[in-house]
Amino acid sequence: MAGGPKIRIQHIAKSFGPAGRAIPALAEIDLDVDERELVCLLGPSGCGKSTLLNIVAGFLAPTSGTVLVDGRPVSGPAPERGVVFQEYALFPWLTVSGNVEFGPLLQSRPAAERRRTVDRYLDLVGLRAHAEKFPVQLSGGMKQRVAIARALANNPAVILMDEPFGALDAQTREVLQDELSRIQRVEHKTILFVTHSIREAVYLADRVVVMTSVPGRIKQVFPIKLPEVRDRFAPEFTQYESDITRVVREEVAKVRE
Amino acid sequence: MARFLSSVPELMDAGLRGTRLPRGRALALRLGAITAFLALWSLLSGAVVVLKLFNPIFMPGPWLVLGNVLDMAVRGPLWIHLAATLERVALGFGAGAALGVVLGLAAGHLASVRNVIEPVVELLRPIPPLAMLPMFIVWVGIGEVSKVGFITYATFFPIFLTTVNGVRQIDPLLLRAAQSLGARGLGLFTRVILPAALPDVLTGLRLGVALAFFVIVISEFIGAEQGLGYLINDGRNFFLVPQMLGAAVVLGLLGYAGNGLVRLLERRLTRWQHPA
Repeated sequence: MAGGPKIRIQHIAKSFGPAGRAIPALAEIDLDVDERELVCLLGPSGCGKSTLLNIVAGFLAPTSGTVLVDGRPVSGPAPERGVVFQEYALFPWLTVSGNVEFGPLLQSRPAAERRRTVDRYLDLVGLRAHAEKFPVQLSGGMKQRVAIARALANNPAVILMDEPFGALDAQTREVLQDELSRIQRVEHKTILFVTHSIREAVYLADRVVVMTSVPGRIKQVFPIKLPEVRDRFAPEFTQYESDITRVVREEVAKVRE
Repeated sequence: MARFLSSVPELMDAGLRGTRLPRGRALALRLGAITAFLALWSLLSGAVVVLKLFNPIFMPGPWLVLGNVLDMAVRGPLWIHLAATLERVALGFGAGAALGVVLGLAAGHLASVRNVIEPVVELLRPIPPLAMLPMFIVWVGIGEVSKVGFITYATFFPIFLTTVNGVRQIDPLLLRAAQSLGARGLGLFTRVILPAALPDVLTGLRLGVALAFFVIVISEFIGAEQGLGYLINDGRNFFLVPQMLGAAVVLGLLGYAGNGLVRLLERRLTRWQHPA
Protein backbone atom coordinates (compact mmCIF):
# COMPACT_ATOMS: atom_id res chain seq x y z
CA MET A 1 0.00 0.00 0.00
CA ALA A 2 2.97 2.28 0.40
CA GLY A 3 2.82 5.25 -1.95
CA GLY A 4 0.07 3.94 -4.24
CA PRO A 5 -3.38 5.49 -4.52
CA LYS A 6 -5.86 4.68 -1.76
CA ILE A 7 -8.62 3.83 -4.25
CA ARG A 8 -7.76 2.65 -7.76
CA ILE A 9 -10.65 2.26 -10.18
CA GLN A 10 -9.46 0.34 -13.22
CA HIS A 11 -11.41 0.08 -16.51
CA ILE A 12 -14.72 -0.23 -14.70
CA ALA A 13 -17.71 -0.84 -16.96
CA LYS A 14 -21.21 -1.72 -15.93
CA SER A 15 -24.31 -2.55 -17.91
CA PHE A 16 -27.76 -3.53 -16.73
CA GLY A 17 -30.23 -5.93 -18.25
CA PRO A 18 -30.04 -9.28 -20.03
CA ALA A 19 -26.99 -10.19 -22.12
CA GLY A 20 -27.45 -9.06 -25.71
CA ARG A 21 -29.87 -6.29 -24.80
CA ALA A 22 -27.83 -4.91 -21.91
CA ILE A 23 -27.91 -1.15 -21.42
CA PRO A 24 -24.48 0.29 -20.62
CA ALA A 25 -24.44 2.54 -17.55
CA LEU A 26 -20.70 3.02 -17.13
CA ALA A 27 -18.00 2.68 -19.75
CA GLU A 28 -14.29 2.47 -19.09
CA ILE A 29 -13.87 4.41 -15.90
CA ASP A 30 -10.31 4.89 -14.64
CA LEU A 31 -9.80 6.97 -11.53
CA ASP A 32 -7.34 7.08 -8.66
CA VAL A 33 -8.09 8.67 -5.31
CA ASP A 34 -5.09 9.48 -3.14
CA GLU A 35 -4.88 9.16 0.60
CA ARG A 36 -6.49 12.10 2.47
CA GLU A 37 -8.08 13.30 -0.74
CA LEU A 38 -11.74 14.23 -1.16
CA VAL A 39 -12.91 13.57 -4.71
CA CYS A 40 -16.39 14.59 -5.89
CA LEU A 41 -18.13 12.69 -8.67
CA LEU A 42 -20.38 15.16 -10.43
CA GLY A 43 -22.77 14.70 -13.30
CA PRO A 44 -26.35 14.85 -14.51
CA SER A 45 -28.78 12.40 -12.94
CA GLY A 46 -28.57 9.02 -14.58
CA CYS A 47 -24.89 9.43 -15.44
CA GLY A 48 -23.97 6.43 -13.34
CA LYS A 49 -22.12 8.24 -10.55
CA SER A 50 -24.06 6.42 -7.85
CA THR A 51 -23.57 3.15 -9.73
CA LEU A 52 -19.83 3.73 -9.64
CA LEU A 53 -19.98 4.45 -5.91
CA ASN A 54 -22.01 1.27 -5.33
CA ILE A 55 -19.37 -0.71 -7.21
CA VAL A 56 -16.60 0.75 -5.04
CA ALA A 57 -18.71 -0.01 -1.94
CA GLY A 58 -19.06 -3.61 -3.13
CA PHE A 59 -22.87 -3.51 -3.38
CA LEU A 60 -22.74 -4.02 -7.14
CA ALA A 61 -20.38 -6.17 -9.17
CA PRO A 62 -18.91 -4.42 -12.23
CA THR A 63 -19.45 -5.97 -15.64
CA SER A 64 -15.71 -5.61 -16.17
CA GLY A 65 -12.75 -3.96 -14.49
CA THR A 66 -11.56 -3.92 -10.90
CA VAL A 67 -11.53 -1.63 -7.91
CA LEU A 68 -8.52 -1.76 -5.60
CA VAL A 69 -8.51 -0.27 -2.12
CA ASP A 70 -5.03 -0.21 -0.57
CA GLY A 71 -4.03 -2.52 -3.40
CA ARG A 72 -6.60 -5.20 -2.53
CA PRO A 73 -9.47 -5.94 -4.95
CA VAL A 74 -13.01 -5.18 -3.80
CA SER A 75 -15.32 -8.20 -3.80
CA GLY A 76 -18.18 -7.10 -1.58
CA PRO A 77 -19.08 -4.70 1.19
CA ALA A 78 -16.47 -4.54 3.97
CA PRO A 79 -15.76 -2.34 6.99
CA GLU A 80 -12.64 -0.86 5.34
CA ARG A 81 -15.08 1.10 3.11
CA GLY A 82 -17.56 3.11 5.18
CA VAL A 83 -20.68 4.32 3.39
CA VAL A 84 -22.91 7.33 4.09
CA PHE A 85 -26.25 7.11 2.29
CA GLN A 86 -28.60 9.87 1.17
CA GLU A 87 -31.42 8.22 3.15
CA TYR A 88 -29.22 8.03 6.32
CA ALA A 89 -29.90 4.27 6.85
CA LEU A 90 -29.67 4.57 10.63
CA PHE A 91 -30.76 1.54 12.65
CA PRO A 92 -34.07 2.79 14.06
CA TRP A 93 -34.01 0.42 17.06
CA LEU A 94 -30.67 1.76 18.29
CA THR A 95 -30.12 5.09 20.00
CA VAL A 96 -27.78 7.69 18.52
CA SER A 97 -24.87 6.32 20.57
CA GLY A 98 -25.94 2.73 19.76
CA ASN A 99 -25.72 3.54 16.06
CA VAL A 100 -22.25 5.07 16.39
CA GLU A 101 -21.13 2.12 18.52
CA PHE A 102 -22.31 -0.44 15.95
CA GLY A 103 -19.00 -0.85 14.10
CA PRO A 104 -16.70 -0.94 17.16
CA LEU A 105 -19.10 -3.43 18.80
CA LEU A 106 -18.85 -5.80 15.83
CA GLN A 107 -15.06 -5.53 16.03
CA SER A 108 -15.41 -6.63 19.70
CA ARG A 109 -13.64 -3.54 21.00
CA PRO A 110 -13.57 -3.32 24.83
CA ALA A 111 -16.42 -1.33 26.41
CA ALA A 112 -14.25 1.51 27.70
CA GLU A 113 -12.69 2.05 24.27
CA ARG A 114 -16.11 1.94 22.62
CA ARG A 115 -17.41 4.61 24.99
CA ARG A 116 -14.42 6.83 24.22
CA THR A 117 -14.94 6.36 20.47
CA VAL A 118 -18.66 7.16 20.69
CA ASP A 119 -18.03 10.25 22.80
CA ARG A 120 -15.29 11.47 20.51
CA TYR A 121 -17.34 11.24 17.30
CA LEU A 122 -20.55 12.53 18.85
CA ASP A 123 -18.55 15.54 20.04
CA LEU A 124 -17.12 15.92 16.55
CA VAL A 125 -20.61 16.14 14.99
CA GLY A 126 -22.04 18.08 17.95
CA LEU A 127 -24.61 15.51 19.03
CA ARG A 128 -23.33 14.52 22.48
CA ALA A 129 -26.49 15.95 24.08
CA HIS A 130 -28.68 13.72 21.90
CA ALA A 131 -26.79 10.48 22.54
CA GLU A 132 -29.76 8.64 24.06
CA LYS A 133 -32.35 9.68 21.48
CA PHE A 134 -33.73 7.33 18.85
CA PRO A 135 -33.51 8.18 15.12
CA VAL A 136 -37.27 8.92 14.86
CA GLN A 137 -36.69 11.80 17.27
CA LEU A 138 -34.07 13.48 15.05
CA SER A 139 -34.30 15.93 12.16
CA GLY A 140 -32.81 15.02 8.79
CA GLY A 141 -29.65 17.04 9.39
CA MET A 142 -29.12 15.39 12.78
CA LYS A 143 -29.67 11.94 11.29
CA GLN A 144 -27.01 12.57 8.66
CA ARG A 145 -24.60 13.78 11.36
CA VAL A 146 -25.17 10.51 13.20
CA ALA A 147 -24.55 8.57 9.99
CA ILE A 148 -21.26 10.42 9.44
CA ALA A 149 -20.20 9.78 13.06
CA ARG A 150 -21.14 6.10 12.66
CA ALA A 151 -18.99 5.79 9.53
CA LEU A 152 -16.02 7.59 11.15
CA ALA A 153 -16.23 5.59 14.41
CA ASN A 154 -15.62 2.39 12.47
CA ASN A 155 -12.29 3.85 11.31
CA PRO A 156 -12.57 2.81 7.65
CA ALA A 157 -9.72 3.23 5.15
CA VAL A 158 -12.04 5.19 2.85
CA ILE A 159 -15.48 6.77 3.15
CA LEU A 160 -17.99 6.70 0.31
CA MET A 161 -20.76 9.28 0.38
CA ASP A 162 -23.73 8.92 -1.95
CA GLU A 163 -25.42 12.33 -2.28
CA PRO A 164 -25.39 12.51 1.51
CA PHE A 165 -26.95 15.97 1.72
CA GLY A 166 -29.37 15.52 -1.19
CA ALA A 167 -32.45 15.05 1.00
CA LEU A 168 -31.79 18.11 3.16
CA ASP A 169 -33.16 21.63 2.77
CA ALA A 170 -30.80 24.29 1.37
CA GLN A 171 -29.86 25.83 4.74
CA THR A 172 -29.21 22.52 6.50
CA ARG A 173 -27.28 21.41 3.46
CA GLU A 174 -24.80 24.28 3.74
CA VAL A 175 -24.44 23.74 7.49
CA LEU A 176 -23.60 20.08 6.89
CA GLN A 177 -21.13 21.02 4.14
CA ASP A 178 -19.40 23.34 6.61
CA GLU A 179 -19.32 20.51 9.17
CA LEU A 180 -17.92 17.98 6.74
CA SER A 181 -15.27 20.46 5.64
CA ARG A 182 -14.34 21.07 9.30
CA ILE A 183 -14.34 17.32 10.08
CA GLN A 184 -12.13 16.66 7.06
CA ARG A 185 -9.60 19.22 8.34
CA VAL A 186 -9.41 17.18 11.58
CA GLU A 187 -9.75 13.61 10.29
CA HIS A 188 -8.13 13.76 6.83
CA LYS A 189 -10.07 10.80 5.47
CA THR A 190 -10.00 9.52 1.92
CA ILE A 191 -13.46 10.35 0.64
CA LEU A 192 -15.30 9.63 -2.60
CA PHE A 193 -18.33 11.92 -2.66
CA VAL A 194 -21.19 11.74 -5.16
CA THR A 195 -23.25 14.88 -5.77
CA HIS A 196 -25.15 16.70 -8.48
CA SER A 197 -24.55 20.08 -6.84
CA ILE A 198 -21.68 21.95 -8.49
CA ARG A 199 -21.48 24.39 -5.58
CA GLU A 200 -21.22 21.53 -3.12
CA ALA A 201 -18.49 19.88 -5.17
CA VAL A 202 -16.40 23.06 -5.42
CA TYR A 203 -16.86 23.73 -1.72
CA LEU A 204 -15.71 20.30 -0.57
CA ALA A 205 -13.51 18.66 -3.17
CA ASP A 206 -9.79 18.50 -3.76
CA ARG A 207 -10.71 17.29 -7.23
CA VAL A 208 -14.05 17.40 -9.05
CA VAL A 209 -14.62 14.62 -11.58
CA VAL A 210 -17.32 15.54 -14.10
CA MET A 211 -18.97 12.55 -15.74
CA THR A 212 -20.74 12.29 -19.09
CA SER A 213 -24.32 11.13 -19.45
CA VAL A 214 -25.27 7.62 -20.49
CA PRO A 215 -23.05 5.66 -20.59
CA GLY A 216 -21.07 7.36 -17.84
CA ARG A 217 -17.47 8.24 -18.63
CA ILE A 218 -15.08 10.70 -17.08
CA LYS A 219 -15.42 13.89 -19.08
CA GLN A 220 -13.09 16.21 -17.27
CA VAL A 221 -11.24 16.44 -13.97
CA PHE A 222 -10.96 19.77 -12.18
CA PRO A 223 -8.34 20.04 -9.41
CA ILE A 224 -9.71 22.67 -7.02
CA LYS A 225 -6.82 24.84 -5.93
CA LEU A 226 -8.58 26.76 -3.19
CA PRO A 227 -7.64 27.11 0.50
CA GLU A 228 -8.93 24.45 2.91
CA VAL A 229 -11.41 26.88 4.42
CA ARG A 230 -13.45 28.09 1.47
CA ASP A 231 -15.56 31.15 0.85
CA ARG A 232 -18.58 30.47 -1.36
CA PHE A 233 -18.56 34.11 -2.51
CA ALA A 234 -14.86 34.47 -3.36
CA PRO A 235 -14.23 35.27 -7.07
CA GLU A 236 -11.99 32.19 -7.47
CA PHE A 237 -14.80 30.02 -6.09
CA THR A 238 -17.42 31.37 -8.48
CA GLN A 239 -14.91 31.05 -11.32
CA TYR A 240 -14.62 27.29 -10.65
CA GLU A 241 -18.40 27.12 -10.39
CA SER A 242 -18.96 28.69 -13.79
CA ASP A 243 -16.17 26.68 -15.46
CA ILE A 244 -17.64 23.42 -14.20
CA THR A 245 -21.21 24.52 -14.92
CA ARG A 246 -20.30 25.04 -18.55
CA VAL A 247 -18.96 21.49 -18.85
CA VAL A 248 -21.92 19.95 -17.00
CA ARG A 249 -24.42 21.87 -19.16
CA GLU A 250 -23.06 20.25 -22.30
CA GLU A 251 -23.95 16.90 -20.80
CA VAL A 252 -27.39 17.93 -19.60
CA ALA A 253 -28.09 19.28 -23.08
CA LYS A 254 -27.07 15.94 -24.61
CA VAL A 255 -29.61 14.13 -22.45
CA ARG A 256 -32.34 16.47 -23.67
CA GLU A 257 -31.62 15.78 -27.36
CA MET B 1 -42.06 18.59 25.73
CA ALA B 2 -41.69 19.56 22.11
CA ARG B 3 -40.63 16.76 19.85
CA PHE B 4 -39.64 16.44 16.24
CA LEU B 5 -42.15 15.04 13.80
CA SER B 6 -39.71 14.21 11.07
CA SER B 7 -40.88 10.99 9.46
CA VAL B 8 -43.95 10.44 7.32
CA PRO B 9 -45.40 7.74 9.63
CA GLU B 10 -45.00 10.11 12.56
CA LEU B 11 -46.76 12.93 10.80
CA MET B 12 -49.51 10.54 9.78
CA ASP B 13 -49.82 9.32 13.35
CA ALA B 14 -50.11 12.86 14.63
CA GLY B 15 -52.60 13.85 11.97
CA LEU B 16 -54.73 10.77 11.64
CA ARG B 17 -55.09 9.70 15.24
CA GLY B 18 -57.01 12.88 15.96
CA THR B 19 -57.13 14.58 19.30
CA ARG B 20 -57.05 12.29 22.30
CA LEU B 21 -59.71 12.56 25.00
CA PRO B 22 -58.54 13.41 28.49
CA ARG B 23 -57.78 10.25 30.42
CA GLY B 24 -60.67 10.58 32.90
CA ARG B 25 -63.26 11.14 30.18
CA ALA B 26 -62.06 8.24 28.10
CA LEU B 27 -62.25 5.96 31.13
CA ALA B 28 -65.74 7.20 31.99
CA LEU B 29 -66.95 6.48 28.45
CA ARG B 30 -65.43 3.01 28.52
CA LEU B 31 -66.95 2.10 31.90
CA GLY B 32 -70.25 3.61 30.78
CA ALA B 33 -70.33 1.41 27.69
CA ILE B 34 -69.72 -1.72 29.76
CA THR B 35 -72.43 -0.72 32.23
CA ALA B 36 -74.85 -0.09 29.37
CA PHE B 37 -74.04 -3.50 27.91
CA LEU B 38 -74.71 -5.24 31.22
CA ALA B 39 -77.92 -3.22 31.69
CA LEU B 40 -79.17 -4.18 28.23
CA TRP B 41 -78.39 -7.83 28.91
CA SER B 42 -80.25 -7.66 32.27
CA LEU B 43 -83.22 -5.99 30.57
CA LEU B 44 -83.32 -8.67 27.89
CA SER B 45 -83.25 -11.57 30.33
CA GLY B 46 -85.84 -9.76 32.47
CA ALA B 47 -88.07 -9.30 29.43
CA VAL B 48 -87.88 -13.03 28.70
CA VAL B 49 -89.19 -13.73 32.21
CA VAL B 50 -91.87 -11.01 32.27
CA LEU B 51 -93.17 -11.54 28.75
CA LYS B 52 -92.84 -15.35 29.01
CA LEU B 53 -91.08 -15.42 25.59
CA PHE B 54 -89.34 -18.75 26.21
CA ASN B 55 -87.97 -20.80 29.06
CA PRO B 56 -85.87 -18.29 31.04
CA ILE B 57 -83.17 -20.86 31.77
CA PHE B 58 -81.90 -20.22 28.20
CA MET B 59 -81.35 -16.54 28.85
CA PRO B 60 -79.83 -16.03 32.32
CA GLY B 61 -79.00 -12.46 33.25
CA PRO B 62 -75.44 -11.25 33.77
CA TRP B 63 -75.70 -11.50 37.56
CA LEU B 64 -76.63 -15.18 37.42
CA VAL B 65 -73.69 -15.84 35.08
CA LEU B 66 -71.20 -13.92 37.19
CA GLY B 67 -72.62 -15.57 40.30
CA ASN B 68 -72.00 -18.94 38.69
CA VAL B 69 -68.40 -18.01 37.91
CA LEU B 70 -67.91 -16.85 41.50
CA ASP B 71 -69.48 -20.03 42.81
CA MET B 72 -67.18 -22.19 40.69
CA ALA B 73 -64.22 -20.12 41.85
CA VAL B 74 -65.11 -20.47 45.51
CA ARG B 75 -65.88 -24.18 45.28
CA GLY B 76 -62.71 -24.78 43.29
CA PRO B 77 -63.57 -26.47 39.97
CA LEU B 78 -63.03 -23.22 38.01
CA TRP B 79 -59.32 -23.31 38.80
CA ILE B 80 -58.90 -26.90 37.65
CA HIS B 81 -60.54 -26.12 34.30
CA LEU B 82 -58.74 -22.84 33.94
CA ALA B 83 -55.38 -24.48 34.66
CA ALA B 84 -56.06 -27.25 32.13
CA THR B 85 -56.89 -24.75 29.37
CA LEU B 86 -54.00 -22.46 30.25
CA GLU B 87 -51.52 -25.31 30.26
CA ARG B 88 -52.63 -26.50 26.81
CA VAL B 89 -52.53 -22.97 25.41
CA ALA B 90 -49.11 -22.26 26.94
CA LEU B 91 -47.57 -25.48 25.61
CA GLY B 92 -49.28 -25.38 22.22
CA PHE B 93 -48.74 -21.67 21.63
CA GLY B 94 -45.17 -21.87 22.92
CA ALA B 95 -44.29 -24.62 20.48
CA GLY B 96 -46.17 -22.91 17.63
CA ALA B 97 -44.42 -19.61 18.31
CA ALA B 98 -40.98 -21.22 18.52
CA LEU B 99 -41.51 -23.14 15.27
CA GLY B 100 -43.11 -20.18 13.49
CA VAL B 101 -40.43 -17.69 14.48
CA VAL B 102 -37.43 -19.98 13.83
CA LEU B 103 -38.70 -21.29 10.49
CA GLY B 104 -40.02 -17.83 9.56
CA LEU B 105 -36.64 -16.19 10.17
CA ALA B 106 -34.88 -18.91 8.20
CA ALA B 107 -37.38 -18.77 5.32
CA GLY B 108 -37.36 -14.99 5.25
CA HIS B 109 -33.58 -14.82 5.12
CA LEU B 110 -32.66 -17.81 2.94
CA ALA B 111 -34.37 -18.21 -0.42
CA SER B 112 -33.62 -21.94 -0.48
CA VAL B 113 -35.43 -22.55 2.83
CA ARG B 114 -38.28 -20.33 1.69
CA ASN B 115 -38.73 -22.30 -1.51
CA VAL B 116 -39.00 -25.53 0.48
CA ILE B 117 -41.36 -24.38 3.24
CA GLU B 118 -43.60 -21.88 1.49
CA PRO B 119 -45.32 -24.24 -0.97
CA VAL B 120 -46.29 -26.59 1.88
CA VAL B 121 -47.52 -23.70 4.00
CA GLU B 122 -49.47 -22.20 1.10
CA LEU B 123 -51.08 -25.59 0.50
CA LEU B 124 -52.17 -26.09 4.11
CA ARG B 125 -52.95 -22.51 5.07
CA PRO B 126 -56.25 -22.09 3.18
CA ILE B 127 -57.67 -25.13 5.02
CA PRO B 128 -59.38 -23.77 8.14
CA PRO B 129 -57.43 -25.31 11.03
CA LEU B 130 -60.67 -26.59 12.57
CA ALA B 131 -61.16 -28.81 9.54
CA MET B 132 -57.96 -30.58 10.54
CA LEU B 133 -59.10 -31.26 14.13
CA PRO B 134 -60.76 -34.63 13.34
CA MET B 135 -57.55 -35.70 11.58
CA PHE B 136 -55.52 -34.84 14.67
CA ILE B 137 -57.85 -36.98 16.75
CA VAL B 138 -57.65 -39.86 14.27
CA TRP B 139 -53.85 -39.65 14.18
CA VAL B 140 -52.90 -38.99 17.80
CA GLY B 141 -56.09 -39.71 19.74
CA ILE B 142 -58.12 -37.46 22.00
CA GLY B 143 -55.44 -37.02 24.67
CA GLU B 144 -53.36 -34.02 25.58
CA VAL B 145 -50.98 -34.49 22.66
CA SER B 146 -53.65 -33.91 20.07
CA LYS B 147 -54.99 -30.81 21.87
CA VAL B 148 -51.57 -29.22 22.36
CA GLY B 149 -50.47 -30.28 18.88
CA PHE B 150 -53.58 -28.80 17.37
CA ILE B 151 -52.90 -25.39 18.94
CA THR B 152 -49.31 -25.59 17.70
CA TYR B 153 -50.55 -26.37 14.20
CA ALA B 154 -53.10 -23.55 14.17
CA THR B 155 -50.84 -20.86 15.66
CA PHE B 156 -47.86 -21.74 13.49
CA PHE B 157 -49.32 -20.20 10.32
CA PRO B 158 -49.88 -16.57 11.31
CA ILE B 159 -46.62 -16.46 13.26
CA PHE B 160 -44.62 -18.01 10.42
CA LEU B 161 -46.16 -15.76 7.77
CA THR B 162 -45.75 -12.48 9.65
CA THR B 163 -42.15 -13.41 10.52
CA VAL B 164 -41.29 -14.19 6.89
CA ASN B 165 -42.92 -10.93 5.88
CA GLY B 166 -41.04 -9.07 8.61
CA VAL B 167 -37.69 -10.34 7.38
CA ARG B 168 -38.47 -9.79 3.72
CA GLN B 169 -39.59 -6.19 4.12
CA ILE B 170 -36.39 -5.12 5.88
CA ASP B 171 -35.02 -2.05 4.13
CA PRO B 172 -32.12 -3.37 1.99
CA LEU B 173 -30.32 -0.11 2.72
CA LEU B 174 -30.07 -1.12 6.40
CA LEU B 175 -28.47 -4.42 5.38
CA ARG B 176 -25.99 -2.56 3.15
CA ALA B 177 -25.20 -0.13 5.96
CA ALA B 178 -24.65 -3.01 8.38
CA GLN B 179 -22.41 -4.89 5.94
CA SER B 180 -20.34 -1.77 5.34
CA LEU B 181 -19.86 -1.56 9.09
CA GLY B 182 -18.59 -5.13 9.17
CA ALA B 183 -21.73 -7.16 9.98
CA ARG B 184 -21.75 -10.64 8.51
CA GLY B 185 -23.39 -14.01 9.20
CA LEU B 186 -24.64 -14.42 12.76
CA GLY B 187 -23.81 -10.82 13.70
CA LEU B 188 -25.91 -9.50 10.82
CA PHE B 189 -28.70 -11.83 11.90
CA THR B 190 -28.82 -11.00 15.60
CA ARG B 191 -27.97 -7.31 15.36
CA VAL B 192 -29.94 -6.30 12.27
CA ILE B 193 -32.35 -8.87 10.86
CA LEU B 194 -33.87 -9.89 14.20
CA PRO B 195 -34.48 -6.39 15.59
CA ALA B 196 -35.70 -5.12 12.20
CA ALA B 197 -38.24 -7.95 11.91
CA LEU B 198 -39.30 -7.82 15.56
CA PRO B 199 -42.39 -5.58 15.16
CA ASP B 200 -43.87 -8.02 12.64
CA VAL B 201 -42.90 -11.05 14.72
CA LEU B 202 -44.76 -9.52 17.68
CA THR B 203 -47.84 -8.89 15.53
CA GLY B 204 -47.73 -12.58 14.58
CA LEU B 205 -47.51 -13.57 18.24
CA ARG B 206 -50.57 -11.46 19.02
CA LEU B 207 -52.54 -13.15 16.24
CA GLY B 208 -51.27 -16.50 17.50
CA VAL B 209 -52.46 -15.93 21.07
CA ALA B 210 -55.94 -15.03 19.85
CA LEU B 211 -56.04 -18.08 17.61
CA ALA B 212 -54.82 -20.35 20.42
CA PHE B 213 -57.84 -19.46 22.59
CA PHE B 214 -60.06 -19.77 19.55
CA VAL B 215 -59.12 -23.36 18.72
CA ILE B 216 -58.55 -24.74 22.23
CA VAL B 217 -62.24 -24.35 23.11
CA ILE B 218 -63.31 -26.50 20.22
CA SER B 219 -60.74 -29.18 20.80
CA GLU B 220 -61.89 -29.28 24.43
CA PHE B 221 -65.44 -29.93 23.23
CA ILE B 222 -64.23 -33.31 22.06
CA GLY B 223 -63.06 -35.87 24.53
CA ALA B 224 -61.86 -33.58 27.30
CA GLU B 225 -62.45 -34.11 31.01
CA GLN B 226 -61.25 -30.65 31.98
CA GLY B 227 -60.89 -27.22 30.49
CA LEU B 228 -63.12 -24.23 29.81
CA GLY B 229 -64.26 -25.73 26.52
CA TYR B 230 -65.28 -28.86 28.44
CA LEU B 231 -67.27 -26.65 30.85
CA ILE B 232 -69.20 -25.15 27.94
CA ASN B 233 -69.91 -28.52 26.36
CA ASP B 234 -70.84 -30.03 29.73
CA GLY B 235 -73.17 -27.08 30.33
CA ARG B 236 -74.81 -27.73 26.97
CA ASN B 237 -75.44 -31.39 27.79
CA PHE B 238 -77.13 -30.54 31.07
CA PHE B 239 -78.78 -27.22 30.12
CA LEU B 240 -76.53 -25.35 32.57
CA VAL B 241 -76.63 -22.13 30.57
CA PRO B 242 -75.02 -19.96 33.30
CA GLN B 243 -72.09 -22.39 33.33
CA MET B 244 -71.74 -22.15 29.54
CA LEU B 245 -71.83 -18.37 29.55
CA GLY B 246 -69.63 -18.23 32.65
CA ALA B 247 -66.90 -20.27 30.97
CA ALA B 248 -67.23 -18.05 27.89
CA VAL B 249 -66.78 -14.94 30.04
CA VAL B 250 -63.64 -16.44 31.61
CA LEU B 251 -62.32 -17.26 28.12
CA GLY B 252 -62.99 -13.70 27.05
CA LEU B 253 -61.06 -12.37 30.02
CA LEU B 254 -58.19 -14.78 29.31
CA GLY B 255 -57.95 -13.71 25.67
CA TYR B 256 -58.04 -10.09 26.73
CA ALA B 257 -55.24 -10.68 29.24
CA GLY B 258 -53.18 -12.65 26.69
CA ASN B 259 -53.50 -9.87 24.15
CA GLY B 260 -52.59 -7.31 26.81
CA LEU B 261 -49.51 -9.28 27.76
CA VAL B 262 -48.21 -9.38 24.18
CA ARG B 263 -49.00 -5.68 23.78
CA LEU B 264 -46.98 -4.96 26.90
CA LEU B 265 -44.11 -6.98 25.45
CA GLU B 266 -44.48 -5.05 22.17
CA ARG B 267 -44.33 -1.71 23.95
CA ARG B 268 -41.21 -2.72 25.85
CA LEU B 269 -39.37 -4.23 22.89
CA THR B 270 -40.27 -1.63 20.27
CA ARG B 271 -40.03 1.48 22.40
CA TRP B 272 -37.87 2.96 19.65
CA GLN B 273 -40.92 3.34 17.40
CA HIS B 274 -42.66 5.74 19.78
CA PRO B 275 -40.07 6.95 22.31
CA ALA B 276 -41.37 9.23 25.04
